[in-house]
This record gives sequence, structure tokens and C-alpha cells, in this order.
Amino acid sequence: MHSPEPAKQPSHLYEKRKAVFPKAVDGRFRRFKWLVMALTLGVYYITPWLRWDRGPYAPNQAVLVDLAHRRFYMFSIEIWPQEFYFVAGLLIMAGIGLFLVTSAVGRAWCGYACPQTVWTDLYQHVDRLIDGDRNAQMRLEAAPWTGKKIFKRGLKWTIYLLIAFWTGGAWIMYFADAPTLTVDFWTGKAAPVAYATVGVLTATTFLLGGFMREQVCVYMCPWPRIQTAMLDEKSLIVTYKDWRGEPRGSVKKAEKNPGSVGDCVDCDQCVAVCPTGYDIRNGPDIRCITCALCIDACDKVMTQLGRPRGLIDYATLEDCASEKAGGTPRPISKALFHTRTLIYTAVWGAIGLGLLFALGSRSRIDIAVQKDRNPPFSQQSNGDIRNDYTVKLRNMEARPRPMEVTIEGLPGGVMWTDDLPRDKAARSLAVTVAADQVDPLRVYVVAPDGTAPQKFNFVLKAKDAEGGGDVSEVRFDAPGEEE
Amino acid sequence: MANKRIDEPTGVETVGHEWDGIEELNNPLPRWWVWTTYLTIIFAIGYMIVYPAIPLLHSGTEGLWGWSSRGQLAAELKAANEAKGETLAAIAAAPIETIAPGSDLYNKAVAGGKAAFRQNCVQCHGAGAAGNPGYPSLKDDDWLWGGNVQEIETTIAHGIRSPDDAATRSSLMPSFGRDGILAPAQVNDVASYVLSLSGKAPNDAAAQSGAAIFTANCAVCHGNDAKGSRAFGAPNLTDAVWLYGGSHDKVVASVTNAHAGVMPAWGAKLDPVTIKMLALYVHSLGGGEDFVEAPTTPAAESGNAQP
Repeated sequence: MHSPEPAKQPSHLYEKRKAVFPKAVDGRFRRFKWLVMALTLGVYYITPWLRWDRGPYAPNQAVLVDLAHRRFYMFSIEIWPQEFYFVAGLLIMAGIGLFLVTSAVGRAWCGYACPQTVWTDLYQHVDRLIDGDRNAQMRLEAAPWTGKKIFKRGLKWTIYLLIAFWTGGAWIMYFADAPTLTVDFWTGKAAPVAYATVGVLTATTFLLGGFMREQVCVYMCPWPRIQTAMLDEKSLIVTYKDWRGEPRGSVKKAEKNPGSVGDCVDCDQCVAVCPTGYDIRNGPDIRCITCALCIDACDKVMTQLGRPRGLIDYATLEDCASEKAGGTPRPISKALFHTRTLIYTAVWGAIGLGLLFALGSRSRIDIAVQKDRNPPFSQQSNGDIRNDYTVKLRNMEARPRPMEVTIEGLPGGVMWTDDLPRDKAARSLAVTVAADQVDPLRVYVVAPDGTAPQKFNFVLKAKDAEGGGDVSEVRFDAPGEEE
Repeated sequence: MANKRIDEPTGVETVGHEWDGIEELNNPLPRWWVWTTYLTIIFAIGYMIVYPAIPLLHSGTEGLWGWSSRGQLAAELKAANEAKGETLAAIAAAPIETIAPGSDLYNKAVAGGKAAFRQNCVQCHGAGAAGNPGYPSLKDDDWLWGGNVQEIETTIAHGIRSPDDAATRSSLMPSFGRDGILAPAQVNDVASYVLSLSGKAPNDAAAQSGAAIFTANCAVCHGNDAKGSRAFGAPNLTDAVWLYGGSHDKVVASVTNAHAGVMPAWGAKLDPVTIKMLALYVHSLGGGEDFVEAPTTPAAESGNAQP
């Protein structure tokens, strides 16, 4: 390994990006990539415009992160800030989902669904639309700045910018009523943060999708490093079957000397179509996002030459080893279902079921009581002992609900509020809590002199057809010893 | 750096360090990365020029933009005060009894009053407004000088027995024992009588003898029924609230030496809007009385003119 006389290398501290001009290719993975792109971009751009009727008291946007009112709407689900664990649960599921996908099919996220990949792909299609395919792009890049080149660059970058702006513009639609915000945005009435967000996202999309491209995956993104650690010899990755391809040789050579060369004809099509400009024949690398376009390119060449497809293919390293030793390839299902993927699936599913159960059984009505502690009690002129409470009634339904708060326990205790006069003090209290609101009440509870310190309950009941309720136990302080 | 070598599979030079057989390749940085580093350096230099950055012996460089955290605080306070201006003007313009509980203006005024209370009133009345011996609780329904918003506002503005305010609320209870108006035994009897009114002492011989003494000496201010008079700030002696303590000894002490609690006239120290907000806050503590419009001014005056 150790070379005694290190070759004198010019020391390069940094290196200019080598532009990548991926060639257009067609094949099953390319078509799958089209499908994923249409799906992800479609979901991203269209979702904020879907409507969902929630009645007169809640917004009718199907997916809405209402930061101003601290509500998150997703179709029939409405989440309050204190229920954020549902979102946390979804994020954990997304994380474990990524582990699952990685352990089963390698860096499929990177290759198909990552926004950086999807937008880079989109921008590369813009390149082909304006500049032509790989060779034309390379010629234009090398050409001097003539009027034609300036026009083409201007046009291309304008389209870049429009896509970037559309991307940033779609993002803010998730945070406010989309039609209203669109009108506000163009009439200059939207919040400054909306313009700032669109500006930042336009700039990052333009820069990362238009120019940085594979540099993001290779140098900036932590995810490839993490995924590398999660891959093992049982994971599907895009692999060049070197034992079949090497030594490389032209068709002529193969005809002259059958058996002297492998299947690879060194046509470099796999490199030409690679969106990160990597040569997969050098082995697995962080540059390979496993988009499988090289498989499409190689399959096409192999078909033309009448050789079996799959010189470059999705395979596990284990399969590669057995194939090399002369074994038959295992069915793909064997590669997908092994212990690790099954464990990930089980954990992922368990969290999902837990979330669904929690969602189905959560309470939409709630009482929370906070007692004033300074002073713990005060004595009234007739000797009554008064304790003060802040009672919060929560109505999570999108309609006003009549409710009743009752004192349970505390003999002789009655209460009044800022709205209910003292001379009408009673043991129960009728309140209508506005739709989708927390109603804070100041409640003053008095009990006759001589009442011992004790605990009692505030009982909340919904007085409508749906019913339901909640109880909160609180202290009543008074002079003297607790019973 | 003697261990630098070319890594065979990649053809890249190593950096020359080795940790348990692990070596690092000396791959070149991407050029944009280097640019980004230079940009951050330029930014840092610019930052040091326009912002305070370099520590000197006594202070530090001030920076071209003259920014300071104190200056920012001052600007933010100014902005906050300007933002409050409209609300304060609205509170100033509205007569206190017209600010309806539950209204937006009322809620803001109560919040403002709470803040002012913390700053000016808690020293005597306590953070929870529960009072201390000699300093009344503001949470109960017992008011010496009146418990509607207007009366509370007057009390706060002019104080009680405040020497600096001509319009202050004032009254003076004689020191019946100390000045020899009543003999110690009489003081004892009248204390027994007073305590018997609220059931804190038996209606025994001492109490019965005290009744006559009360009528002769105390009823002029505290009333024949001992329910007090707000015109003089004379407390109701039949209820459960005892400002200076409700034990027999304490009542004897009160009759002997009398009390004349003083509250400053806050009108001299606080602006009228703050006093109005304080009054609304104190009134909101749960014992406030409803404001009832006096029928006509002369009638109200004659009604109060008790000897």
C-alpha cells in the first residue's frame, strides 16, 4: 500500500465545480422519476388550494398552519399547540420511515423524493428545453458570449427565477388562506414576513436548484453521511457488476477475441446521464444518489448489443457476492424483507397506530383551574372565606358550545364571576364557550366561616347533544387545620 | 508531515496524520466553499467597523452605526410608550364609571393598574392586595371610604389623612383611654359590647354596660347600629373584618389609643390616568361595589351631612 516515493502533486487547496450536463435518458427508472416528480410537485403546489368545509367558525382551507391563531388544520384534523406531540409523532414517523426506506432500498429518498433532487431534475429539464441536450449544453458553455448565448442564458435564468418564485410563493400559502393571501400579496397588503419568506425561498431555490445542484448533496447535506451508516450488505444499492463488465472492451475487440473482454463497452453512457456526474463503475460513493438513471442508460446499450440487461443494477452487496460466485440472483422481495426492515416497519406502524388511537380518543372539551396563591384566601365582611380561581374552559370544536361548571364538594360553597353578580352566586354556572376558543373566567368561591381547608372539584359538562366533560380538583384554602 | 502519501485507490494525497490506522484524504475544498469563507471574513470586518466590537481600556469601539443595546432598549421603550398612547388617551377621556367591565379598554386599564399597583401599592397592601394589620385588604367587600370606582379613585388621588392634600379624606378618632375620656373599665366594657355585635363575645353584663357607653361616645361616628359611616371612614363594627385585629385586647387597644392610618395622596406622584387604572384594578379584585349615580348633587350632600 505504501508508495515509497510520493508522486509530486500540485497542491490544490480548492477546486472549481466541474459542471455536470446530464444527458436525457428514457427507461423504467426515468419514468418512475417522472411520476414521483409529478406527484411531489403536484402535492406541494396544489395542497394549499384544496378546500375543506369546517362550518362558519373555522377556515375552509384543507391544510393550514395558522400561526397567528395557533391552529394546525389538516383535513378533518385540527391540532392545538398543546397537541403538538401529534406533529412530533409524524416527524418521528417520517424519520423512521426514512430509516426503513434506506435499509430496504438504499438512498431512494435521495434519488427520487428529496426536494433538492426533484428541483434539480426540474431545472435540468429547463436546461434541455432552452439549450438542448448534453452536447449542445457543453458547446454553449464553451462558446463565447455572443448575443445568442446572452439571450439563451437570460431566458433560462428567467425561467429558473419564475420556478423559484413559484416555489417560494407556494410555501407561504400553507400559512394563510391561499386565495386571500394571493390577492394581498399582489396588492402589497400581505405581512412583511410573507414577502421575506418568498424572497428567501426564491433565492435558495434559484441558487440551490439552478447552480449548486449536486454540490448540495456532496458537500452540504448531512443526510448522505447518515444514510451511509445505515446501509449494509443487505441493502439495495445501485451497483456496477464489475465481475461481469471488466475488463472493458469494444464490441470489435469482443468479436475478435471472444471471452477476452467483459460486457462493459466503455461507452460512458452511465456517466453521461448521471445528474451528479459520477462514474458508478468506481464503486459506491457519496456522489451516487441512487436515482438509477445509469441503469436505464446501460440497459438500453446492453439491449442494443443483445447482451443481458443489468450490468448496472439495483442489487445488494450480498447478492453481488453470490452472483459473482455463480449463484442465481435472489428475488427482489427477499432483498426487501429482512429482519431490519421488518423491525423498522413494526416500529413505524406501532407509532402510527398509537397516534391514530390518541387522535381518535382525544378530548375536545377541557377545564383547567389555577388558584390564586397570594393571598390563599380572604375574609369577607360577613365572615365568609373567599378563594379566587382562574378557570379556563377549552372548546376545541368549531362551534360555540353551552357548558356548565359546577362545584362538587365544599359544603356551602358558592361562586360568582366577573359577569355573574355576587348576589346571584350559585353552585353552578352556565357559560357559552365560543367556537374553537379557550374561555378564561375569574371565579370567586365563597364558603361560610369555619369551613376547613379542603379539596373540591370543578366539574365541567357540555350541555349539548354531543355532551362530554372534564373535572379539575383544586384546593380551597381557609384559616385552620385541614380535615 | 513525513507520512504524507498518495492513497492508492483514490489517487489523492493524505494529510499525513494517522489515528489507529485511519488516515484522512487531502481532498480540495469546493471553490464556492472558499468564497463563502472569504465572504464571512469580509462580513466580520464590516461588522467590526459598524458595530461595537473591539474592547478598549475603559469601554470599546462604538461602531459607525452607533448601535448599543441601551439605545435599542430606549427606542423600543419609546415605541412601546407611543403604542400605548392611544389607549392612555382613551382612558383619560372616559369618566371612570363609564369604562364598562369586560370591554377592551377596561381590560387594558386593569392590566395597567395591576402594573402600577405592583410598583406603588404592594409595600403596604401586599402583592396580592390582601392587606396587612392596619393596611386594609382590597379583596373583601368592606370599604372604609366607599367601594365604587369613583370613590376608590378619589381615595387614591387624595389619600387618607395625607398632610399634603387639602382634599384628603380625613377623620380623627379620639384616644378614649389615653386622653381619659373613658375609664379603663369603661373601655373594657365598650370593647365587650362591640365584639358581642358580631358574636365574637357573649352578650354579658360587661357588654350590656358597654352599650350605653357606645351610644354616648361612639355612635356619633360609628352609628347607633355600629355599622360605621363612610363619611368619616368609620369602620363597620358588626362585620368580620377587623383592620387592627378583632381580639378583645386589640379592640381595647384601639379604643384606648385610637388609630389614624395614613395613605399618601397619589395625585401628587402619579398621573391621573395611572390613578384611574389603579382604581379600576383595585375595584376588579372581587369586592368592588357597583357605581350608582347620585340622584342630584344637593340631595346627596344633605344626605351625607350627618353630625
